[in-house]
Amino acid sequence: MIYLDNVHKIFNQGKVNEFQAIKGVDLTLEGGKISVLKGPSGSGKTTLLTMIGGLSRPTSGRVRLQDRDLSSLPERFLTEIRRKTFGFVFQQFNLIKGLSVLDNVMVPALPTGRDHKEVRDQAAALLGRLKIAHKSGARVEWLSGGEAQRVAIARALVNDPEIVIADEPTANLDSALSEEFLEIIHGVKQEGRTVLMTSHDPVVCDAQVVDRVVSMRDGALVDGHQA
Amino acid sequence: MVRYSTTMLTLLAVGGLAFAASFADARQGRENMHETLLRKQKLVGELGLTDLCLFTEARYTRHLSQADLHTPFQDHPMSLDHFPSGSLVSPPNVVRGYE
Amino acid sequence: MNSWLEKQRSIIDFTIASLLRRKGRNLGLLVVYTAIIFLLASVMLFSHSVKREAQVVLAGSPEVIVQRMVAGRHDLISQDYAEKLKGVRGARNVTPRLWGYYFDPTVSANYTVMVPDDRTIAPKNIVVGEGIARARGAGIGDVLAFRGYDGTLFSFSIAEVLASDSELVSADLMLVSEEDYRSFFGIPDGLFTDIVMTVRNQREVRTVAQKIATALPDTRPILREEILRTYDSLFDWREGMMLVLLAGSVLAFSIFAWEKASGLSAEEKREIGILKAVGWETSDVIRMKFWEGGLVSMFAFLLGYLLAYLHVFHMSAGLFETVLKGWAVLYPDFSPTPFIDGFQVVTLFFFTVFPYTVATIVPIWRAAIIDPDAVMRS
Repeated sequence: MIYLDNVHKIFNQGKVNEFQAIKGVDLTLEGGKISVLKGPSGSGKTTLLTMIGGLSRPTSGRVRLQDRDLSSLPERFLTEIRRKTFGFVFQQFNLIKGLSVLDNVMVPALPTGRDHKEVRDQAAALLGRLKIAHKSGARVEWLSGGEAQRVAIARALVNDPEIVIADEPTANLDSALSEEFLEIIHGVKQEGRTVLMTSHDPVVCDAQVVDRVVSMRDGALVDGHQA
Repeated sequence: MVRYSTTMLTLLAVGGLAFAASFADARQGRENMHETLLRKQKLVGELGLTDLCLFTEARYTRHLSQADLHTPFQDHPMSLDHFPSGSLVSPPNVVRGYE
Repeated sequence: MNSWLEKQRSIIDFTIASLLRRKGRNLGLLVVYTAIIFLLASVMLFSHSVKREAQVVLAGSPEVIVQRMVAGRHDLISQDYAEKLKGVRGARNVTPRLWGYYFDPTVSANYTVMVPDDRTIAPKNIVVGEGIARARGAGIGDVLAFRGYDGTLFSFSIAEVLASDSELVSADLMLVSEEDYRSFFGIPDGLFTDIVMTVRNQREVRTVAQKIATALPDTRPILREEILRTYDSLFDWREGMMLVLLAGSVLAFSIFAWEKASGLSAEEKREIGILKAVGWETSDVIRMKFWEGGLVSMFAFLLGYLLAYLHVFHMSAGLFETVLKGWAVLYPDFSPTPFIDGFQVVTLFFFTVFPYTVATIVPIWRAAIIDPDAVMRS
């Protein structure tokens, strides 16, 4: 349900330090599955991920979500889709300092105008499911790596997204926590959501729960077209 | 747990009401003091008063409207004020020659 | 509609949570902001009230006052000037007056001594204003001693104290009989301080004034309208202390606004990136910043204004007493009448709340448009 047609991404186009990050990628990703973009750093997997998630646009080519062309949507609509359809878990977690765990989880829902109590209850439920409800009043600076990630996941799920995107989710975790993460991610898939991750961690790429691994190198797919 | 926005909006609403109330209070105050003002006006008329008794440091500050040309500028037109009240009031228009 | 309201409230929740992260700093900001508005509003309310009161109360002052000038100074005027004035066309009720100043060394205060027209005062009796009574700690029946022009001691008994609610015009008055005045100050019969008169036709007053100036070239007529105009320019913003106050406030606000508008810290930029990455639109981010500036300034304005109102009209502007008193000893104890100029209040609002709110939004405009993918890369 995610289609990439001949997507290119060039940074600093026309300047001295022009850099082609993505060189003509065609890709179809199935809905309801866990897919991983695998590759060494510099392979362009994070760039591809940001384009799929609507955080940036391709220089040429198209990114389609079902039948909607993301790459040509005006910013307002793109943001709306990003809010409703995607949930992001960043490598650095990117939680807002100084706010509590619960407040952080609710952030993506605030501009939607949803009933406050409903959002609050849902956030609390998510924290419960992820087993960090006991930290819901704590400030995010005080959390450990694993706890912070679970908050980031809860935040990504608060708007009930179809697609969850995670960038290098196990980069800052030890093996035990990485396994726990994969369990959580499996649970997310079982709810009917699609999961897309980037990783070069073998624990993730070789995991049982992962349905598909797409290898990348130097801005292109390793195995050519993977339609 | 009360939401922040509830507290803030309530405070602002209360503030807004108090603000409006201050105007009503002012109106009431004016009504209350109306008599006093009229009595003062009467006293002014009876005694032939010409100025408010605000600055009693010197003749020309006490009777602003009666001050002669000489005193406010007795040293030099640009000289510093002798009294702090000089920084609150300007010499009367008459003295400054506005007509 | 409901969801729009809910959205605003949610954004406000976030804004306040955000502000509370730096409680001390933001609270300090609020306190200073409120203090400035308090000061400006107090001055504004007080000065407007006194000016309006002057207009009302001094409407009873004499229509025309004729002073005699000698070498640029106000000098005594003789009876025959009064006779000449009676002959001026349009003149009516020509009355010579006696009044002057007495410096009381015991309390270092200046009194205005007058011979009243409307009452007779028994010999060696005086009627004093509340301010004198207070300064000398005296009341009805007490005897006050003063030194006359030739050094002799005069004892006067206080027959009456003028109403305390008239202090604004009468605090330093000392009313004596004409005989006592003349013997105390050494002023011979036939000489007076000035002459007051009324005119038959109000609209002719300026013409009459000109006739007086022609008939008696060494005199200066002062008209009631001039008296009223003098009090219109009281506490003018162009005057020394007021100007300093205004300039200081403008400076403070400029600093606030500059601080807000001079761009965002890296941390703030990062946070905006996060918000956008999780689905906040540019307009949502701007809305949040608007609430941040708007709530703080609105709150400060309301609080500052209300405190100022209470200060001026329910505490007789106590804080200003020292300033207004200056070097004087006698200062009238009075309650300003709550005359309020709505236009001034609105102006104060627009010059404080508006610029601050706008200044908060300005730097966000640029940052809010940043593509959020930078967040991914951090």
